[in-house]
Formats: sequence, structure tokens, C-alpha cells
Amino acid sequence: MTGLVLSAVTRAFDHPVPRTVLGGVDLTIAQGEFVSLVGPSGAGKTTLLRIIAGLDSGYGGSLAWQGARPRLGVVFQEPRLVPWLGLLDNLLLVGGPESVDRARALLGAVELGDCDSALPGQLSGGMQRRAALARALLVEPDFLILDEPLISLDAALAERMRRLLNDFWRKRRTTTLLITHNLAEAVELSTRVAILSPIERRVVADCALPPPDPRLSGDPMVAAALQDLRRMTRSWPVPDPAEAAPDRAG
Amino acid sequence: MSQPAGAPTIGLGAHWYRLLSVIALLALWQAAASGLADPALLPSPLATFEAGYEALRAGELLYHVGATLARVAVAFGLAMLIGTAIGIALGRSPVLDHFFNGWLVIGLNLPALVTIVLCYIWFGLSEAAAILAVTINKVPTVAAILREGAKALDPALFEMTRVFEVKPLRVLARVVLPQLAPSLMAAARAGLALTWKIVLVVELLGRPNGVGFQIRSFFNFFDIASILAYSLAFIGAVVAIEVLLLQPIDRQLGKWRRA
Ligand SMILES: Nc1ncnc2c1ncn2[C@@H]1O[C@H](COP(=O)(O)OP(=O)(O)OP(=O)(O)O)[C@@H](O)[C@H]1O
Ligand SMILES: [Mg+2]
Repeated sequence: MTGLVLSAVTRAFDHPVPRTVLGGVDLTIAQGEFVSLVGPSGAGKTTLLRIIAGLDSGYGGSLAWQGARPRLGVVFQEPRLVPWLGLLDNLLLVGGPESVDRARALLGAVELGDCDSALPGQLSGGMQRRAALARALLVEPDFLILDEPLISLDAALAERMRRLLNDFWRKRRTTTLLITHNLAEAVELSTRVAILSPIERRVVADCALPPPDPRLSGDPMVAAALQDLRRMTRSWPVPDPAEAAPDRAG
Repeated sequence: MSQPAGAPTIGLGAHWYRLLSVIALLALWQAAASGLADPALLPSPLATFEAGYEALRAGELLYHVGATLARVAVAFGLAMLIGTAIGIALGRSPVLDHFFNGWLVIGLNLPALVTIVLCYIWFGLSEAAAILAVTINKVPTVAAILREGAKALDPALFEMTRVFEVKPLRVLARVVLPQLAPSLMAAARAGLALTWKIVLVVELLGRPNGVGFQIRSFFNFFDIASILAYSLAFIGAVVAIEVLLLQPIDRQLGKWRRA
């Protein structure tokens, strides 16, 4: 059991100006769910991730794990690779030397098979991001947290990585929280999409979807859900970038 | 030595200039020695080398330089170990840093001579007291340098190792020490330079062997040639350690961090 229950989670910062970033977030993620959290830039998504990952204890409200505290796999918003370790060594740092075969396989899966010994600084931003994704999958997490893992990948590569994430989830049913700006991506991968409102500063909509097993294109329920989500997010001060992109999932 | 691109070119290779500079120094020394009425005040280079050769043949030179080097090595190693541990603790914990900062300032400014004399008075004219005195002198320097290095450790990487529950020893070896490498190197350099000098004083004041002890004996006999010979041998040992040990380590660390 690795469910997560957030109730009325609040977070305020005093600097540089006092402000409330999270104003009472309620979110429950049950074992085996793939939940996407969508919200515009500055809505507090990364702030929430840090609270869930145990990196920020200055929050109000309550956070409870059902069952034992899970093993986490995290893709931070920045790659956070160790600059002086090659990619394989970066993976082995978290996986241990015994995980070398799986680490190689995962580097292959994120299309970095020939970059074992490359240092992060020698790679593009998108390559570093994929290495960070491989690292998070390597630890066989009970709970996977992804902060915009596919940003800065070209459309075709992002699609292949979405397939990888979907395969991983279907094989293991790893409880997953995906943070993204991209509604179509959220709908394609998730069992549920939660919307974090930048105005009310909490989760304002929580939309269940048929499990992506796999996601069939043209599913009318999914198309309708995407329509709904788009309508709900239209009034945000910052326009949703996914809206301008071609509708892939519908 | 290859010239970096864009550096002003010089006629001869850098090696030649170094050789010329050594010859010039020797010539100056010779001229000064011959200019003096009393040759005992400043023996010529030749007389100095003769004294050195004599000491070498008798086995004294190696014995005393060896004794000094051994003390330097032990005190240096101890001070690096203790100073690094203290420095990391102060750099990582603001509470400890605020509390012990004053102690560190006292340690940094305590005259070496005071520590040495007090150690000899409190613990007797023993080897342990000598090593302790040198170590105490160097620990604050190492700690102060490592403290700054530890303060600059990247918090983002610590967060990463924390969420992935990386074992502490592995974090130390693969994440912390590489970031501290420049500080460790700076501390080693600063510390070594300090240790050499203090060890000689320690030996002069209370040890029955070592370069410092020898210099005191020569001082009593006005044996300036031997003083110079021992000094040169000692400088040779220091330069050898710099070139054969520190510089290769430095290059290796540089490669590791840049690579
Ligand atoms: N440590 C902090 N101190 C002060 N303010 C902070 C801190 N961390 C985050 N904030 C503020 O909280 C708000 C939300 O930040 P957060 O990084 O959670 O946004 P986000 O939803 O992840 O945005 P993006 O999609 O751009 O990554 C921002 O206005 C930010 O300035
Ligand atoms: Mg963010």
C-alpha cells in the first residue's frame, strides 16, 4: 500500500513578499493510480512536489502515507544530475553497483544507450532530462513523482517517452504523480487529472478517466474529458500552452 | 612547459630561463661570498655543497631530513583529518558555526611559538607533544578553508540524494568530496607550507633530531655552510613533494571535475 492523502495542505512564503502559494490542497492518490496535476506556471505544482517528497516541512495541513513510507522515484524540474559523474555512474549512485544491467537497459530505453560515460555537461537539456527519467525509474519506486519530465523534447521524442511511461505504468502499476502543463499529455497518460487553480490555490477539479491500458485514440469519453478540462482552464490568467498545440489525444 | 596560446612569446624556452635564473642566483651568491672579508660568514656555493656532501656521506643528512619529513607527514595527516572534519561540521551546521567561530579565530591567531612552548611544558619534551603542537597549529587553517567549501556544497544535489535515499558513505565519496576537492587542495597547500616551518621550530626547541635540531647545533658552532646545506636539502625535499605529489593530485582533480 502506497496511497497518499493530502488534506488542506497550505504553504506560504515570507520572502521576497509574503504570499500564500498553496491555500488548502486536498488530493488523494490511491495505490496504482496515475494522477496528473495540471496548473499554469506559478500555481504551486513544484511547491507541492517538494512537500510530498519530504523536502519541505514548512507546510500546514496534513500529509499521510497509507502503509509504509514508499520508496520514491523523483524527476525534479531540473535534471539534478551529478556533474562530475558519467550518466551510468549517475544512475548507479542511486541504484547501487548491482543495478548496472538495468541501468544500461534504462539508458537504452530513454535513447541514451551510447552515452554511458558522457558527463551531464556534455549533453543537451533534453538528454539530461531523459537521464533523470531513467534514474527515477531505476530505483523501482513505489511512488513516482515527475515534474514536467518531457519538457524540451521534440514532439516525436516526447511521444516515444510518453509511450515508455505508459508501458512502465501498465507493467508495474507504480503509483504516479505527473506534473505537467500539457492537458493532452495528462489525459493520454493518466487515470485521473487534477487541476491546481492559480486563483483559488487549491485543487479545483479532479477528473477520473478510463485507465490508459492503453489509451485508445478517438475514445469519446476521453475527448469529452479533454474538452471539459480545456474549458475549466480557459479562464486562467496565463494561457495553457497545450491549447495552442494540436490535439493529439482526442 | 608549453606556452598558452596568446601569451607573449619569449626568445628561449621556459626551461632555459629557469636554468639561467638558477645560474644567476649561484653567481650572485659566489660574488657575495668572495666579496666578504670573512668567508665563514657566507661560505661559497662550493663550500656549501661540500658540507652537504659530507653530511650526506656520513648518513646524517638523510637521517635528520627523514626525521623531519616523518614529523611533517604525521602532523600534516592528522591536521588534515581533524581540520576537515571540523570544517565540514562548521560549514554544515550554522549553530556549531556561530558557537565555535570565536574559538576558530583564536586558533587562527594563536602564535605557533606559544602552542609549542605550552605543549612542551604541559606534556614534556616528547614526540607526542611535538606532533600535537604542530597539529594544533595547522587544524584551524584547514578547518577555516574547509568550512567555506562545505558552505558552498550544492543543496540541489543533497535533495536529490535524500529523496533517492542514497547511502551516506556513497554521498560522501561521490557527491561531497568531489565538491570539496578544491578546498582540500587549498588546505593541503596552505597547511603544508605552515607545517614545514613549525616542525623546524619544534625540533629546534625540544627534539634530539631533525633539521631544526641540526640547525641549532650548527648555530652553536657557527657552521653556516652546514646550515645552508641543510636548508637547501630541505628545500629540495619540499619542492620534490610539491612536484611529485601535490601537482599530480591537483591535475587529477582538475581532470575529474572538468572532464
Ligand atoms: N522557496 C520559495 N520562496 C519564496 N517563494 C517561493 C519559493 N518556492 C516557490 N515560491 C513561489 O511559489 C509560487 C509557485 O512556485 P512553483 O515553483 O511551485 O510553481 P510551479 O507551479 O511549479 O510553476 P512552473 O510550472 O513554472 O514550474 C511562485 O510564485 C514562486 O515564486
Ligand atoms: Mg514547477
